[in-house]
Amino acid sequence: MPDTTTPNYHWPPMADRRVIGKSHSRLDGIQKASGAAKYNSDIKPDGMLFGAILSCPHAHARVTSIDTSGAEKIPGVTAVRVIMGPGKEVQWGGAEVASVSATSEEAANDAVKAIKVEYEELPFLVREDDIGKAGNRAKAAGEQVTGDPDKAFQEAAYTNEGDYGIPVITHCCLESHGGMVAWDGDKVTYWPSTQNVSGIGGDLGRAINVSAANIHVHQDHIGGGFGSKFPADLWGVEAAQLSKQSGGKPVKIFLDRKTELLIAGNRPSAFGHIKVSADKDGKITAWESKTWSTGGLAGGGLSADLFPYVYRKVPNRRINHTAVSTNTGSARAWRAPNHEQASYLTCSAIEDLAAKMKMDPLDVFLKNADLTMREEAYTSQLKKAAELADWKKNWHQRGDSGSGPVKRGLGIGVGTWGGAGHASQCQATIHPDGSVEVELGSQDLGTGTRTIIAMVAAETLGLPVSAINVKIGDSTYPPSGASGGSTTVGGVSSSTRKATVNALDKLLAAVAPSLGTTPDKLEAVDRRIVVKGDTSKSLTWEAACRKLGTNKISEAGENNPRTAPREGLNTGGVAGVQIADVSVDTETGIVKMNRLIAVHDCGLVINPKTAESQIFGACIMSVCSALFEERVADQQIGRVLNPDMEFYKLAGIMDIGEIIVHLDISPENDKRGVVGLGEPPAIPGDAAIGNAVANAIGVRVPQLPVTADRVLAALASKGGNA
Amino acid sequence: MTPFEYSSPASLNEALGLLGASWSDAVVLAGGTDLISLMKDGVFSTKRVVNVKDIKDLGGIHKTGHGLRIGSTVTFDELASSPLVRGEYPALHEAALGIASPQIRNMGTVGGDLCQRPRCWYYRGGYGLFAMKDGKSLVPNGENKYHAIFGGGPAYFVSASSLGPALVALGATIKLASSSGSRTVEAAKFFVTPSDENAREIDLKPNELVTEILVPSASGVKNATYEIRQREAIDWPLAAASVALHMKGSSVDKASIVLGHVAPTPWEASQAAAGLAGKTISEDTASQAAEAAVAGAQPLSQNGYKVQLAKVAVKRALLAAAGKAHTAHHA
Repeated sequence: MPDTTTPNYHWPPMADRRVIGKSHSRLDGIQKASGAAKYNSDIKPDGMLFGAILSCPHAHARVTSIDTSGAEKIPGVTAVRVIMGPGKEVQWGGAEVASVSATSEEAANDAVKAIKVEYEELPFLVREDDIGKAGNRAKAAGEQVTGDPDKAFQEAAYTNEGDYGIPVITHCCLESHGGMVAWDGDKVTYWPSTQNVSGIGGDLGRAINVSAANIHVHQDHIGGGFGSKFPADLWGVEAAQLSKQSGGKPVKIFLDRKTELLIAGNRPSAFGHIKVSADKDGKITAWESKTWSTGGLAGGGLSADLFPYVYRKVPNRRINHTAVSTNTGSARAWRAPNHEQASYLTCSAIEDLAAKMKMDPLDVFLKNADLTMREEAYTSQLKKAAELADWKKNWHQRGDSGSGPVKRGLGIGVGTWGGAGHASQCQATIHPDGSVEVELGSQDLGTGTRTIIAMVAAETLGLPVSAINVKIGDSTYPPSGASGGSTTVGGVSSSTRKATVNALDKLLAAVAPSLGTTPDKLEAVDRRIVVKGDTSKSLTWEAACRKLGTNKISEAGENNPRTAPREGLNTGGVAGVQIADVSVDTETGIVKMNRLIAVHDCGLVINPKTAESQIFGACIMSVCSALFEERVADQQIGRVLNPDMEFYKLAGIMDIGEIIVHLDISPENDKRGVVGLGEPPAIPGDAAIGNAVANAIGVRVPQLPVTADRVLAALASKGGNA
Repeated sequence: MTPFEYSSPASLNEALGLLGASWSDAVVLAGGTDLISLMKDGVFSTKRVVNVKDIKDLGGIHKTGHGLRIGSTVTFDELASSPLVRGEYPALHEAALGIASPQIRNMGTVGGDLCQRPRCWYYRGGYGLFAMKDGKSLVPNGENKYHAIFGGGPAYFVSASSLGPALVALGATIKLASSSGSRTVEAAKFFVTPSDENAREIDLKPNELVTEILVPSASGVKNATYEIRQREAIDWPLAAASVALHMKGSSVDKASIVLGHVAPTPWEASQAAAGLAGKTISEDTASQAAEAAVAGAQPLSQNGYKVQLAKVAVKRALLAAAGKAHTAHHA
């Protein structure tokens, strides 16, 4: 006998699913493509005031005086606030010094310019690429030694040493950071651009001393976050204070592009000298890395624990990592924080070792798969990616020997990620008229969250996706976790599944008598409630709901990360392998992407279309960071020189090449439950592209992005052309 | 942005009457793709902005008895789409297409391309045209990967003009008008390396307006432009070359080679061009000319690679002009 006291939350068997696992276009796709979707940076209610921030032009300075009288005199200015008063020390360029609000954007900008600040400039460090110049700003963590690396290196058949580096890059959210706040009496309404609808109100409340219960947060859409949009931030706090000082009128502050690139988060750099050895068969025996990075003033960024990446079980290891504190904007989580850097440094070192051994790197990655935590996953994904790349036919030993200046090469990168579901609550409501609402205090980061919530509800209730009214993006809905760490899909799919199963069970109980049976004999299929095995006995969905009279059903469902593993709806732990195929013009040093092949698993895939879109987007970000992106700072003046979209370069459509996605959907992966996919596909691309360039031109280009100057320098160091 | 007066005259005379004795009195607005950002970033301010896009006489591309007349408000898109340009002046056509954003091609004008200010990040960051701090240029010890490899300072910026090298190579002249009359300047002399940082990079006075560009007939003149950009998407070239080859039979009678984005002006490689006289264009002669074109380069700490790029651009432009490459594609 089935246990009727515990609802059956399990995902339906693969073969029985009608909605889950089928590709579905995102529900808000047309809205977004047409511009009908309103982001909080778009909204402009009557009476709204424009806020603006005065940023510090210096990398490190003490404010000696600040005079706001000029700003206060400008017509339309409603409030001027000093953030950094005399005596305060500013630690990076772009940092907030004062804020203003005004009735027009122009008046706000004029007011910012009219504030007179005098600074005492202080010593600064804005570059960390040469650690020799970092002095006491470099702080080494303790050395970690496992096994006997010295002995292993001595006994190794092959050892390779190399230098590798990735600069600081930024998030480049299309919608910059910011929000609008109205603080009227004891009530605060907040329209942020956030990855954390349920939590950001409390964050703002702590800063302005208002209880979270009195803060209402609303956001329909967000224009990119990538890990950089969790807190209310100083500009959120300033918008609130300016609103209060302006009689409670809403004040909107969104950072301009320059400030966005300077202070709204970035990905830490990573540089390192890496030594890796293998036995005569190509089995990796020892690893030694001396790495450093900066995540801004706090140093931070990478940690020694990430090395060697994925190939964790190298038996002999010596690992040193140094954090460099710089006077630059602080790092924030960047789509798989620190994994890209670790992947790039590790996979580059392995590829260089393979080249030294004159072995095919595919074989080296494969024969060392037992050093990973998921040997079978990496083995099968490496093989699948190689098959899609036609590796055996297209790969050559390092240095394309073909004629002409354009050389072609292939390279591999690997990645790993967690992605188990976060804490999430869902309220599912079935109305007597048959309409259905599911409410979660979640957010759709652009990943398709709204759509997969509807798909899960539709699957459970036997309804089409269009029949589900998904309500997210508001703090009045049940709390759901922040969207970070690829935790959203696991969290919201599980809570939605549970809430809708609970609601359906209530509905079945209500209609069972009229169908002359018991609830356990009923199921919801194709807009009907039917008796299992007897389709002649059924009610339409609407007829069934009418049986509720005037009482709606409203049931909760919760994903609790502590109990989720044994419930089986979601889990964590994924692998990913990417192969890049590039052409390099060895006369100009310009790299052109041919293909980027991405093979990833993510457990049970609810919506293959949006899952694949995640991989496409992540691969595009990898092309950007591998070939174009870098924050350029000048140590003479302490300034970032390219806080713009002109010389802070991103790929355009012609630069991206073909992206081939393979989602590893299989019964074995499916039975693991839902796993997040937002971050993992952003990891392997940097390494794959860097390795493909090395394979093409016959020499390592040590530092990303692989720009013309670096390619030509690498070729010159090798002597002659490929 | 500092408040300013905006006027949109319908006639050239009216426009010229609105210009002033200095740039801070009045400035000309056409496509606005450069001017607006200069003003919004606080790098430049003025009392009056004179929009010239409504002046009919400044538009249009047509044939004259001697060649082609291109109005100064002709957009890059009009230039790139013109069959007259594509057929006879591939060097111009390719240079216009190299401006890779359709938005910029739709808005930006030929006159604006010639008059735009440098993209040097120190200049745009408020350090002036010569990137000075405490009496010293920031460029030699700074971030100079995009800076000049010719000229030797103190102007280390590169001319941003996309069309300049092609116009110089083709022997174009530029017509300028002011309320006291008009004058014509050879394209090669229009671009100047300023000797002080308050000067302009062009021979244009504040009360003058570029009205038209006259390009001599290029019938029988083989010409091409080759650009090397990091991105295929909108990007400033790292180096570019425009070449024009006046032929005598299958060999070069007189050549012109002009480099772009490597000097404060379009940079004429006269000796390299002279060396081609009497030769046919082959992989070898093109390589020799390319080598000669960069002979006087003075690279800075980070831009030695641009010497190589300039060389490749010259070689590929020559081969493309001679029909020895499939097309002068953009790298």
